[in-house]
Amino acid sequence: MGVHVRSTVNGDAVEFTCPEDEVLLDVLRNRLGLTGAKEGCGTGDCGACSVILDGRLVCSCLVLGAEMDGKVVETIEGMADGAKLHPLQQHFIDGAALQCGVCTPGFLMAADALLRKNPDPTEEEIRFGLAGNLCRCTGYDKIVRAVQAAAKEMRG
Amino acid sequence: MRYEMPTTAKAAAGLLAKEKGRAFVLAGGTDLLVKMKAGVVEPDLIVDIKAIKGMKDIKKSAGGFVIGAAVPCVALSENAALTKAWPGVVEAANLIGSKQVQGRCTMSGNLCNASPAADSVPALIAAGAKVSIISAKGSRKVAVEDVTTGVGRTSLKKGEFVTAIELPAKKPKSGDAYLRFIPRTEMDIAVVSCAVNVSLDAKGMITKARVVLGAVAITALLVKDAASAIVGTKLDDAAKAKLAAACSAACKPIDDKRGTVEFRTEVAGVLARRAAEIAYARAGGKQ
Repeated sequence: MGVHVRSTVNGDAVEFTCPEDEVLLDVLRNRLGLTGAKEGCGTGDCGACSVILDGRLVCSCLVLGAEMDGKVVETIEGMADGAKLHPLQQHFIDGAALQCGVCTPGFLMAADALLRKNPDPTEEEIRFGLAGNLCRCTGYDKIVRAVQAAAKEMRG
Repeated sequence: MRYEMPTTAKAAAGLLAKEKGRAFVLAGGTDLLVKMKAGVVEPDLIVDIKAIKGMKDIKKSAGGFVIGAAVPCVALSENAALTKAWPGVVEAANLIGSKQVQGRCTMSGNLCNASPAADSVPALIAAGAKVSIISAKGSRKVAVEDVTTGVGRTSLKKGEFVTAIELPAKKPKSGDAYLRFIPRTEMDIAVVSCAVNVSLDAKGMITKARVVLGAVAITALLVKDAASAIVGTKLDDAAKAKLAAACSAACKPIDDKRGTVEFRTEVAGVLARRAAEIAYARAGGKQ
């Protein structure tokens, strides 16, 4: 049994077969070797598994792999342009907006989705935009400041 | 477990009707997959309705808006006409979960999950929304308030599923609003909620009202006494006091860690007053 799926991940065509009840997070991590998305809660509360699916930010733990046929997925692995980090990634490093790093891929994907929709968000909009991502080490101020700095750089 | 992604509503209804085991409809999956993970439900069949034509569309017509059952809540706020006509409904739907959850969750799912604290449901009832339900035998339309019958229970029969939610066209000089109380600023479930929809005459007098409470009973409550309290008024202080009293009187809440009976009963009145003020102002009324 299982479902055979063809989709696009970070611009690459991929094919996989997964059990009907396997979630996208497990497909990414265990079948496609993309371990950037993390499992924190597995119930859509922590955002560590955030990816962009057909242009929308989602928790990959709340999507079935079986749903992915013909879909386009963006993960943290596709964020940098080769060796050049995305401004969000660079500002997270420069601003020390992480400690253990488990939540960081999710925060970066959520911040990327936010800035695509709203290139000049207020601090409040950033905090609401990232409310679905939990960090238990750093706290949120450095993360918010890193997003503000990246947004400013990206607006040019 | 089997997974099916039919391309017509008829095929989906057929699959649901034929299934001898436990069959579940998948739209956004933000409730279903959580329940599967927790082992609360173990589906034999999942019918994904997202490939069915129209399920992901918001259609505007003279009669109002038809919102497909698989439209994610975030798409509601991206629709300028819908947001202008029914700001209370759109705000309520965009209080559900996080941005990640809003990218997937649907109002139809919020309704069929049948939580008493569902945010979009009071706003839909206040708006006078209807749901389209289909089965292998045919289709029917019912008022949103007739769908939920208890905690986790709906009036849908085996083999039936919701295909769309229909919001009426916005009437001139009308407005809606939804407010909820939560102990934090986001990412929480309503402790008490209230939706209000009012229509005014040329002088700013309320001619029609619908007032709905959430999270204070086993289903959302359409409180007719609360509507009567403000109809025929310009939402003066006396009318607001009567509105609040009628809402508090209608509450049949539970005591739990998120709120006591006393707290929920009192706050229901407070939220009703505030939501009515917003709805009245949106309708063009001046206090």
